[in-house]
Amino acid sequence: MRRHLATLTAITLTAACLAAFPVFADDEVNVYSSRKEALIKPLLDRFTQETGIEVNLVTGKDAALLQRLKSEGANSPADLLITTDAGNLHRAKAAGVTQAFLSEGLAEVIPASYRDAEGHWVGLTLRARPILYVKEQVDPASLSTYEALADPAFKGRICIRSSDNIYNQSLVASLIAANGVEATETWAKGLVANLARPPKGGDRDQIKAAAAGECGIAVANTYYLAGMLESEEPAQRAAAEAMGVFWPNQEGRGTHVNVSGAAVTAAAKHREAAVRLVEYLAEPEAQAWYAQANGEYPVRTGVALSPTLAAWGTFKADDLDLSRLGELNAEALRLMDRAGWR
Amino acid sequence: MATATAAEGPADRPQPSPRRDFAGVLTRGAGGRLWAIGTVTLAVLLAVPVLVILGFLLVPSGATWHHLASTVLPDYVANSLLLMLGVTLGTLVGGVGTAWLTSMCRFPGRGFFEWALLLPMAMPAYIIAYTYTGLLDFAGPLQSGLRQLTGWGYGDYWVPEVRSLPGAAVMLSLVLYPYVYLLTRAAFLGQSICVLDVSRTLGNGPWRTFLTVALPLARPAIAAGLSLALMETLADYGTVQYFGVQTFTTGIFRTWYGLGDPAGAAQLAALLLGFILVLITLERYSRRHARYHHTSQRHQAIRRYRLGGWRAAAATLFCALPLLLGFLIPAGQLSVWAVSLADTAYDARFLELVVNTLGLAGLAALLALLLALLLGYGRRLQPSRPVRFAVRLAGLGYAIPGTVIAIGVIIPFAWLDNQVDAWMRATFGVSTGLLLSGTLVALVFGYLVRFLAVSLQSVETGLGKIRPSMDEAARSLGVRPASLLWRVHVPLLRGSLITALLLVFVDVMKELPATLILRPFDFNTLAVRAFELASDERLADSAPAALTIVLAGLIPVILLSRSITGSRHVQPA
Repeated sequence: MRRHLATLTAITLTAACLAAFPVFADDEVNVYSSRKEALIKPLLDRFTQETGIEVNLVTGKDAALLQRLKSEGANSPADLLITTDAGNLHRAKAAGVTQAFLSEGLAEVIPASYRDAEGHWVGLTLRARPILYVKEQVDPASLSTYEALADPAFKGRICIRSSDNIYNQSLVASLIAANGVEATETWAKGLVANLARPPKGGDRDQIKAAAAGECGIAVANTYYLAGMLESEEPAQRAAAEAMGVFWPNQEGRGTHVNVSGAAVTAAAKHREAAVRLVEYLAEPEAQAWYAQANGEYPVRTGVALSPTLAAWGTFKADDLDLSRLGELNAEALRLMDRAGWR
Repeated sequence: MATATAAEGPADRPQPSPRRDFAGVLTRGAGGRLWAIGTVTLAVLLAVPVLVILGFLLVPSGATWHHLASTVLPDYVANSLLLMLGVTLGTLVGGVGTAWLTSMCRFPGRGFFEWALLLPMAMPAYIIAYTYTGLLDFAGPLQSGLRQLTGWGYGDYWVPEVRSLPGAAVMLSLVLYPYVYLLTRAAFLGQSICVLDVSRTLGNGPWRTFLTVALPLARPAIAAGLSLALMETLADYGTVQYFGVQTFTTGIFRTWYGLGDPAGAAQLAALLLGFILVLITLERYSRRHARYHHTSQRHQAIRRYRLGGWRAAAATLFCALPLLLGFLIPAGQLSVWAVSLADTAYDARFLELVVNTLGLAGLAALLALLLALLLGYGRRLQPSRPVRFAVRLAGLGYAIPGTVIAIGVIIPFAWLDNQVDAWMRATFGVSTGLLLSGTLVALVFGYLVRFLAVSLQSVETGLGKIRPSMDEAARSLGVRPASLLWRVHVPLLRGSLITALLLVFVDVMKELPATLILRPFDFNTLAVRAFELASDERLADSAPAALTIVLAGLIPVILLSRSITGSRHVQPA
């Protein structure tokens, strides 16, 4: 019995080793992605169909994937790193695990503010974080800027998720870039004082809470609202339909946006295929897919929006160099800790 | 305590220092030494990830610490302690109470509860958290129904907020009490009926027998179950993060992800480990002189207390409650969601997920069992300080959040691979690339590091109940250590071994963070699928995968319960 067990184990382990052994063929590309499988795999499959290049995928959390890349070093099998925010792309570059890859084609279609100055990463979709309000309770004319959310007039009326979340960290980083640390800390304290409830749940939860009457105002990424509007659950649709979208800071720097994006790794064994994949993701069809399937804004101009997104109108986006979000992230987090933003 | 010492080993051994003598008999000859060396080597190998994390203590990270200590650290500590307190209460009341009732009393439904009480174990904590949030939030069926019935609006009524610290303690207790139940029940069933009979003849009623005899005798098992539950609590990230409860673990991730300071995060994890070491040491110290071997071979069929009237109803209700809250309600909600998506979710890829999940869980459970047996037995053969310490170290991975363990696995594996590659290049001009990193080997190793504690606890509890005189008799007849283990201990341990196997199986099936980061390309499991969708706040979409984890977990759980009931050797008096 024991001998059988040992043999079985040995066979299984060997098979596992062989099955997972990286084979370096030219017609494939290996991707580490913090974008969830459901939100990237359909595009990757289409890429494989059109080009014949196989795409191998591992999804995971940004920081963990970055650590894996760093530890694996020059032997890393990964060719491409896909993340859901610019801060982590910046961190990857700072850690020295990326390389310059910007092709002429990409430089043409992706605006300069949504890519790295040295061509180490490019944004692929825009994720806007506007202010959402309950249409029946809040007059949009009373809303203006992110800064104004700290106004005592909004006491007990705001829902926002925990500062653990990268989108809030990026938002605060953008405020630090615009107003400095001191003013932003005062702002954060004011915002915390205005919260209707201790932060909990995700962005959808903030929208649900607002629609339920817990607060009149929520801060959330637009694609969550889009996802709820297109949900099969009547309760989710009803909550989302109660909400209006307000684009803050239109008179000034614009609404805070982040990007999801991609970087070619320094260790890439299939550099050409990796660049080709990034170019594919920036093509109009792929860009339109993001807007349709996940309610994100295309990074490329001239791509048709889905009806849901189109209904919210156009907006001016903050044109802050997104690398700054990465540079200021730790500062933003410490600031939120000091302000008591859970 | 007095009753516990009554069952001590020395009862049938008059020598003044039985323990030293025992070790002397067993380690005589090269066999014992080999076992000791093997045990330490294995244990140290398995402790490498933990050591890597402890190694981060050497990296200076002053600014982060100052910041944490002056702002959020006190909250992390307080919340973690409160959460542990809540889970301790919940799992002790739920686990020990139901264990006593089902093993010692007769009431309607006892036979059913015996195995059904284990079912919540198959439910991942983050899934139950998401499910209850969906059920109890404003737009959920409970509140909507309430409003429809009464015509109330928002703010007119009060419902307990599930997304809070007490809520998190309840959620975790609901899925973790089975650990306590399982091990305690095995202990109750293993107790010699004679001891309980003695208590009865001394005029003690059932309550007094429970409190003064059965409970102290079951203490190692209760402690083992509770420490598993508490380690799991400390390692939990999904539930507390979703509930907005800031614990030590959320702090680790905040420091790592947000502040971009892996060293600071690892140092927090090291602190967490130190905390757990202290807890375990305290518990062991408090029962340092007591031994819990069985001294009697007489295991008659248990004469259960017959409960009647309101007592029987109360017992049934007491057992039904954890089952209802921890399994039936959440599984029901998941089923409702899953059925609504049945046409899209179950395809060929879903089958692949199931195969991957079961295969991995099975392999990891077998290996963990083997290792636990080797380590636990090695420790019994030679309970010297280095061996005990090494085994303890190897079992620490359970308390560390999966992602942190994963990093502790990635770093040494990648280092080793790169060393081999460099050497091969230099010597033969051939590049081997990464041999083990990013393969199932690394992933299974990660599982072993994380879950060894589970199988080790079961095996050690089982071994502790086998009298040393048994070993001595066999050894004096010239049986070698390996053969002693195989021919004497393994058959006696059958129940504990099956428990170890199935517990790790279920744990691996639910495991998420380490799987996420250590898996090879294009390799998915049910937990990965369920979590990716749930964390994207698509609860209903995650239901088919989550429900399958639960259903697949049912089989081992039922097997487990049967084997424990069957492991009690009933002999005619």
